[in-house]
Amino acid sequence: MAEPRPVILSMRAVDKVFGGDVVALRRLSLDVRDGDFISLLGPSGCGKSTALRLIAGLSHPTSGRIRWEGAGAQDDLGVVFQEPTLMPWATVANNVWLPLRLKGVRRAAARHDIMETLRLVGLENFADAYPRELSGGMKMRVSIARAMVTRPRLILMDEPFASLDEITRFKLNDDLLAMKQQLGCTVVFVTHSVFESVFLSNRIVIMAARPGRVIRELAIDAPYPRTEAFRGSLEYTAFTRAASQALHEAMGEAA
Amino acid sequence: MSLTDPIPDTLDLQIDQEEQDRARRRKVNRIAKWVLPLVVMAIALGLWQAVVTLNEIPHYILPGPVLVAETLVKDWPLLLEALLVTVQITLLALLIAVVGGVGLAVLFTQSRFVEMSFYPYAVILQVTPIVAIAPLIFIYVDSKLAGLLICAWIVAFFPVLSNTTLGLNSADHNLRDLYRIYGATRWQRLRFLQIPSALPYFLGGLRIAGGLALIGAVVAEYVAGTGGIGSGLAFTILEAGYRLNIPRMFAALFLIAATGVVIFACLSLLSHLLLHKWHESAVKPEE
Repeated sequence: MAEPRPVILSMRAVDKVFGGDVVALRRLSLDVRDGDFISLLGPSGCGKSTALRLIAGLSHPTSGRIRWEGAGAQDDLGVVFQEPTLMPWATVANNVWLPLRLKGVRRAAARHDIMETLRLVGLENFADAYPRELSGGMKMRVSIARAMVTRPRLILMDEPFASLDEITRFKLNDDLLAMKQQLGCTVVFVTHSVFESVFLSNRIVIMAARPGRVIRELAIDAPYPRTEAFRGSLEYTAFTRAASQALHEAMGEAA
Repeated sequence: MSLTDPIPDTLDLQIDQEEQDRARRRKVNRIAKWVLPLVVMAIALGLWQAVVTLNEIPHYILPGPVLVAETLVKDWPLLLEALLVTVQITLLALLIAVVGGVGLAVLFTQSRFVEMSFYPYAVILQVTPIVAIAPLIFIYVDSKLAGLLICAWIVAFFPVLSNTTLGLNSADHNLRDLYRIYGATRWQRLRFLQIPSALPYFLGGLRIAGGLALIGAVVAEYVAGTGGIGSGLAFTILEAGYRLNIPRMFAALFLIAATGVVIFACLSLLSHLLLHKWHESAVKPEE
């Protein structure tokens, strides 16, 4: 067994309570290791999005702690929301420029990174298009490019493909894995799709609702790169069955 | 049976026919949009002229459109002077309304306390009829021009303020979060996110404000009521009324209406130029 990869983010016994009595998360503990692709899988209301917001620093734990390893690591992240969340008045290139622009990088200096990242998501020919000219899947690609343009160590994705059709979703799943491989980043991915989580992740954290909590963790130790062939394999079927079962348990407990 | 039965060619022809019909309908719509209002106007003017001529209505009661047009030409030097005064006051008031409204809106979004302190007064200023405030203003302000400007400004500035405030606050929540995650400064957020988000709202407010500034300028002049050099179209109407010069009243009224239409058209064009690339309101629906 290889030496375990270093932990880049650790959450210990994190509680999040809203308004004094709504427990969104109870005692969440999670170590994110360098290079992980972790899916948080669970029914709605299980606190998976809340967990993501806590990691992003958009909200603070009621108790427990979240620790980043390494100096300045906290700023080193990219985020993709459920909606593409693009600025409609800005071209594709200028949308991707945003994270660099906010760090004070001028357009000319950012140009190379922007084009490189657009190439990565396959949109190099759409740099000057406006978001409304793009399809849903393409908008999501721009959103992913924006999250990746700073080459962050950690990328947080909150059900990014939930509103896309299945064909587009499969394609984006494939491409996302390829991009992750190429950039060597770490991903924490929120989803309610068993198939998606099995295909993408090396670890699935299964959560239950009311109160939001972790039920169990599932290791998907199929090797990367994973391709279309993996989707057809018996291994994949076995993993999805295991994940579905665990999810059923989670739902059962919650009901 | 095969899965690749060719589609019969006749269907293609049918589609072409449908496409042609659609194109023709579009063309008819485009032309009708311009022609129909013109036809209505021609009929109305014709009826008006006929009523006046057939009933031999004297011109000091109701002049026909021909006489109004003649007056417009004959009195043009006088009317133009008045028009320029009114336009000048309207545009200046609009400019100050934009600067003041946008400035205050930005202040409001930067500090809740500023908004809490001043918003009620902005509302009071808005809901009090300008006709009621104007006489007071003319007591305390010596310069007639300044008085007119203040009146027009009071009426015009509120839609700019309220729309811009709404716009600055309606930036997408996820985008706000994104700016927070990337550690954006207040200034960056204002410049890159809130101001562009507010632009369509601001332009909507501006179009209303343009019309209101003209109304404010005209109403204030009625209230001020003093004539002489440098008086606008409203005073021209008053004065012509005293002299029973009804055709001139109509001519001045026509010019006020035309000014309003031109202002509206210019602001709509501005809005189109700024938004047509990205905003939903400027996108033509596909038929």
